[in-house]
Amino acid sequence: MIRGGPGYAAAAFVLLFIFGPLIVVFARAGGGTLPGPADWAAVRFSVTQATLSALFSVILAIPVSRALARRKFPGRNMLITLLGAPFILPVIVAVLGLLAVFGRSGILNSLLDWAGLPTVQIYGLHGVVLAHIFFNLPLATRIFLQAWQQIPAERFRLAASLNMSAGQVLRRLEIPMIRATAPGAFIVIFAICLSSFTVALTLGGGPRATTVELAIYQAFRFDFDLGRAAVLAVIQTVLAGIVALFALKYSRGEGFGAGLDRVVRRWDAQSAGLRITDAAVMILTALFLLLPLVLVVINGINGWAKMPDQVFTALWVSLVISLFSTALALVLALAIALAALHRGWVEVIGLLGIVSSPLVLGTGLFLIVHPYADPARLAFVVTGLVNALTALPFVLRVLIPSLRGSEKNFGRLADMLGLTGWARLRFLLLPRARRALGFSAGLAAAFSMGDLGVITLFADPGSATLPLQMYRLMGAFRMEAAAGAGLLLLVSSLGLFWIFDKMGRGDVDA
Amino acid sequence: MLTLEKLQIVLDGFTLDADFQLEQGRNLALIGPSGAGKSTLLNVIAGFLPPASGRVLWRGEDITALAPGKRPISMLFQDNNLFPHLTVAQNIGLGIRPDLKLNAAEREALNDALTRVGLAGMAERKPGQLSGGQQSRVALARVLVQRKPLVLLDEPFSALGPALKHDMLRLVGDLMQEIGGTLIMVSHEPEDAQMIADVTSVVAQGTVTAPKPTAALFENPPRVLRDYLGS
Repeated sequence: MIRGGPGYAAAAFVLLFIFGPLIVVFARAGGGTLPGPADWAAVRFSVTQATLSALFSVILAIPVSRALARRKFPGRNMLITLLGAPFILPVIVAVLGLLAVFGRSGILNSLLDWAGLPTVQIYGLHGVVLAHIFFNLPLATRIFLQAWQQIPAERFRLAASLNMSAGQVLRRLEIPMIRATAPGAFIVIFAICLSSFTVALTLGGGPRATTVELAIYQAFRFDFDLGRAAVLAVIQTVLAGIVALFALKYSRGEGFGAGLDRVVRRWDAQSAGLRITDAAVMILTALFLLLPLVLVVINGINGWAKMPDQVFTALWVSLVISLFSTALALVLALAIALAALHRGWVEVIGLLGIVSSPLVLGTGLFLIVHPYADPARLAFVVTGLVNALTALPFVLRVLIPSLRGSEKNFGRLADMLGLTGWARLRFLLLPRARRALGFSAGLAAAFSMGDLGVITLFADPGSATLPLQMYRLMGAFRMEAAAGAGLLLLVSSLGLFWIFDKMGRGDVDA
Repeated sequence: MLTLEKLQIVLDGFTLDADFQLEQGRNLALIGPSGAGKSTLLNVIAGFLPPASGRVLWRGEDITALAPGKRPISMLFQDNNLFPHLTVAQNIGLGIRPDLKLNAAEREALNDALTRVGLAGMAERKPGQLSGGQQSRVALARVLVQRKPLVLLDEPFSALGPALKHDMLRLVGDLMQEIGGTLIMVSHEPEDAQMIADVTSVVAQGTVTAPKPTAALFENPPRVLRDYLGS
């Protein structure tokens, strides 16, 4: 057994830093004005774009996951790996890539122009939804792929021996699974998109395309109206809280489980027509996901020399923040996970980070700090702290099952040998959690490296993280320099993930 | 002397009663149909499961509430008897000191145990690099260094072939004599019991019979044992 003391301390820390800012926000909002028409418009836009994003992601994921579930082809594993990339891809980098494809002078418009057709423009609702599909189609596909693989292979064999057609298999076996899976996938993606900030900041904006999170930022940045920011923060918390309750009820797993490399043999899907459809679906998906990233790399190489020195200063700042927040997230997660082995409810505290959005936490922390010190001086610390709290739920989701597995398989042996406290941690739990720790550290580090959220509230013009520096370059229309910074950010985020994940895989004979 | 005093175990609506004493140095086999509660009884004696009522005493001292690691007990489970991420030496060393800070004498004891079970020179291997029989030997080496007076075996050799299993049981019998300890082992097979257990209890129909000399028991089996053996 391991004492829960540090776990309760960690849980108290998390509670303090989540509810402290929330209480301050609520108190401040009480003195503020009632929500005005612009605020309600932000609520409507948040809900509309999240609904559309989740709907399209889920609908498009069905043919993609179906093709992946029933076809074996070269590059299949790479495509599945690619589907995991959005977890660690900085949002602002993806936006840059999407602009290179769908933006004003992007590939799509060049083609339309060449064909003599009117050009399209990406800014506004459809751009926001497009970017959200880019991020969440992979997630939805992984969720469906898992569900598809949970249909026992024997069912398809039975269907084949009954000579069922592809349509009958769809109706009898696949549609029931889709019905069971789709609501959970929808609500998870809805929840993610509801709190979207970076996408709305870069592709939305204006009175007709502002999310609540973005409105908080605008209240801060443009009007410095802290009362209005607090009112919006309360709205965001209530919205996210309601959705999180639904998400907890309907969702099962986040789709980063293992075992997606299995292909079930299918006798009903051998016709040429179905093969061609599946191939087309997969090529289009790969193109949609890869093309923006390839353009980020190409444009980044071209713009590399144009990067101002601030970019490299910002890189160091981001690396330090990322490592600090990763360490904090891991220590908190480990303490909470150990306590949660014996008291399950402790886990719930760690998951609160999902409900409280970074911008809301940032608003609260700003309100706390503002009377006493210049918030800009604490920008980096606050960013690291908020990033750690935001990453915490994901780290816990990976870590807790690993610790539970060790206790289930080896707990009695450890008890019998009298392995308690530090010895149990050192000889049983930590070595067996190595992969989970490496993977979740990678997630936390990449997430913090690429995050553009709370820093936008706190930073003064003289200081920036790499994503913020990149955003400023984009805002100043220095697109080549921004592309260079984008490549740098992409490489450092993926690099951090790769290094941590690799560290977790060092010793494989366990 | 191990005493099970009016012990009652309740698990998922099933009850098991045991009330007997086992003298020191005896080797007791628990025999009976699967699902009768043989493993459950071992888990209660080892402290992994609390009894509904009654007491477990060792040399007259009540150990019912003691944590598993504090009991005078070594136990081998059906599987997962070794930590796969630790070396053979570390796995055995944990039986000496849970913090693995071994002094020279303790390291020597570890090497002696390794030699005794026929695994000299394998100290730095990981369990995954050993055969099933060798893994069992590592676990037995740990039992040897633990020097606990009561050893419980919950069919740890059931995955081995018959010849290997008999080798292991013979080794267990020898080791028990060296330690001078008391053994309780779960068994499905009458031959296993006859091989190393001088006394046997039948676990069936919700009770554990008091230990009887094994040879006499099988010569003239009571009804519950006849039902199980099917003869």
